[in-house]
Amino acid sequence: MEKEKSGFFAKLKNGLNKTRINLLDGLDSVFHGFSEIDDDFYEELEEVLVMADIGVSTTGEIIDEIKTLVKVEHIKKPEDCRDYLINLLSDRLNIEGDQYAFEHEKSIIFVIGVNGVGKTTSIGKLAYNFKQDKKKVLIAAADTFRAAATEQLETWAERVGVPMIGAKEGTDPASVIYDALQSARARDVDILLCDTAGRLHNKKNLMEELKKMNRIIDREFPGINRENLLVLDASTGQNALNQAKEFKEACDITGIILTKMDGTAKGGIAIAIWNELKIPVKYIGVGEGIEDLQKFDSKSFVSAIFED
Amino acid sequence: MAFENLTDKLTKVFKNLRSKGRLTEEDVKIALKEVKLALLEADVNYKVVKNFIKSVEERAVGSEVLEGLNPGQAVVKIVNEELTNVLGSETVELKFEPGQATTVIMLCGLNGAGKTTTAAKLAGQFIKKGKKPLLVALDVYRPAAIKQLQVNGEKQGVDVFSMGDNVSPVEIAKQSLEYAAKNNENVVIFDTAGRLQIDEELMQELINIKKNVTVHKTLLVVDAMIGQDSVNVAKDFNEKVGIDGLILSKMDGDTRGGAALSIKAVTGVPILYVGMGEKLSDLEQFYPDRMANRILGMGDVLTLIDKVMAESEEIDKDKEKDMRDRLKKGKFDFNDYLESMNQMKKMGGLSSMLGLMPNMGISKDDLEGAVDEKQLKQMEAIVLSMTKKERSNPKILNPQRKHRIAKGAGVDIAVVNRFIKQFEQTQKLMKQMPGLMGGKRKGPFGGFGGGFKMPF
Ligand SMILES: Nc1nc2c(ncn2[C@@H]2O[C@H](COP(=O)(O)OP(=O)(O)OP(=O)(O)O)[C@@H](O)[C@H]2O)c(=O)[nH]1
Ligand SMILES: [Mg+2]
Repeated sequence: MEKEKSGFFAKLKNGLNKTRINLLDGLDSVFHGFSEIDDDFYEELEEVLVMADIGVSTTGEIIDEIKTLVKVEHIKKPEDCRDYLINLLSDRLNIEGDQYAFEHEKSIIFVIGVNGVGKTTSIGKLAYNFKQDKKKVLIAAADTFRAAATEQLETWAERVGVPMIGAKEGTDPASVIYDALQSARARDVDILLCDTAGRLHNKKNLMEELKKMNRIIDREFPGINRENLLVLDASTGQNALNQAKEFKEACDITGIILTKMDGTAKGGIAIAIWNELKIPVKYIGVGEGIEDLQKFDSKSFVSAIFED
Repeated sequence: MAFENLTDKLTKVFKNLRSKGRLTEEDVKIALKEVKLALLEADVNYKVVKNFIKSVEERAVGSEVLEGLNPGQAVVKIVNEELTNVLGSETVELKFEPGQATTVIMLCGLNGAGKTTTAAKLAGQFIKKGKKPLLVALDVYRPAAIKQLQVNGEKQGVDVFSMGDNVSPVEIAKQSLEYAAKNNENVVIFDTAGRLQIDEELMQELINIKKNVTVHKTLLVVDAMIGQDSVNVAKDFNEKVGIDGLILSKMDGDTRGGAALSIKAVTGVPILYVGMGEKLSDLEQFYPDRMANRILGMGDVLTLIDKVMAESEEIDKDKEKDMRDRLKKGKFDFNDYLESMNQMKKMGGLSSMLGLMPNMGISKDDLEGAVDEKQLKQMEAIVLSMTKKERSNPKILNPQRKHRIAKGAGVDIAVVNRFIKQFEQTQKLMKQMPGLMGGKRKGPFGGFGGGFKMPF
């Protein structure tokens, strides 16, 4: 009997996802595993926050705020900190005003980011969402660098059933943007989605190329709703801050698409980015499928850092 | 917030401290706090950092500070050595099957890690080594993934095998090997679809490929910009599929690349290549020492340390040539330790020996614990659990090795650590007693008859 039991539990434990166990352990030990709010408790908190990729400096600030709260509100029990913490973080991420007004107007969405983060896939998903809302959508395939990038986007355009403007590998991406803008005008589309090649933010010439495309859009459609969305992979560490800074420098970023949130990474870097640059997350990617793009909900995002 | 160089930080912290003889616990604590932050900023996994700091602390407290370095720099030197220790002390080359036998390599990793580009880059490198590679398109999921590999293959002048996206990857893998055999291609590279390590179905697919065809090397491609999750990813891929090597992609960015350390620490798998750009020629060998510097975000301080080290060697050469020579001959390692143990048993134990060695500057503390015969047995077990290499070169004893030794000797890791520390102190003690060094390899205590050596 005894043996069977341990065998059963062993199986159960093996079957369960390892990280899930870790996270549950983490949650238990932080908010329930401590009987009082002491240095050990704060250290555990630090561990959870840093492990979510929030980064040491933002983590430090958050913990300082919690310490103040604990004093002011006379919080005695660690588990009472949890809700305060979640509110403290999600309130910050929750920005004023309608972040999605552009969806209902004529807009140009320019999608940028480093290599492999999920730009093309996110464009496919966005196009699908807008199509569902009965919008007239056009896609520009301005990644003329990576092998088969245009074919990849073409597949998405076909899946969704929207037109795409592209050119062959090696074409100047700015000219693809220009063509797409003319086509958008001629077709009178509601939303133009522009895919761009992945580029590392420390490559000067590639960032210049991005600026050029951005300028052409401004020139051809002055005053139109512009959304410059930076795509970030949720598993990215502290380097995402550099990415956000550099891309922001090149063109005014209006929001972030945080992809691959269906994985085990927490995407906590978005909190650090908000903290330092005040760029809001607008969408999250939760899978490879066409419907796997959601609007960002700060509360569930923050809770997920402490739960799973 | 711009990242402040670790060196600058440490220099500030230790501005007012002159260099002194040994690192105190306080020095080490202050310095390691900064090191911890630097490692976390570099995306080294929190848990890995914690363990790493612990092992550095053990090594650093009480160790010598070279003339010309401040305590912070002295700690950095140790940190850097330990980092290189974990990262691997030398470059590891991918091994092919002998002769003309076909080597099958499977690339796997998360979505967007850079597998397809890396596959084509590898093919290019293999051609340079006189191999005839075949690229195999096993990503049947992502739109145009096959096309991407075909385009890249063509650029590299490498054959690409594909069967469209309606055939299972296992089947494609099987048939590709027949194809390669027919075409005399002797390195087969599988480009698999990106997948999350928690996607059981897709992980099973990789396992099935390995079950059905012989894969010689499974390489995990990891985006160098990955954060804390690196450990989960690497562990799962390693436990479920089994990996033999790592490739870090997108290292031409400005990431500090702490993932390299995390993954190496949890899997022990060597890092083989780093991706340095989008061009198909941008794949380089991995150099552990460069990576260590990059993770710490420095370079200048190490140059300084090197210089000071070189200088102090000069001094040693001039002033203490004699002693060094003798020390070298009587080089005290764990082999000598074992021998001394045996000698001592014959001579009636250490306690009786102590009486023979008055006024040698050995404090009771230095020898404390050594007199306990039971403990001696334990220590013998520890030494017997070491490999030959470890016995003759105690420097290579990293945390993993220590853990294995502890297991082997049936003692707690703390016992092993304490013992090794004592041992190192003894080594230093020996240096301080040049007069006692005999010329012969067998007997540094030549003067005390019969080639007896101090066990501690
Ligand atoms: N699991 C998961 N995978 C995603 C998600 N978004 C994108 N991906 C996958 O990530 C990989 C890279 O996506 P792409 O859309 O090609 O990324 P990209 O940024 O356009 O890449 P480049 O153009 O090469 O820079 C593909 O395998 C996608 O299926 C997501 O939210 N979850
Ligand atoms: Mg793309």
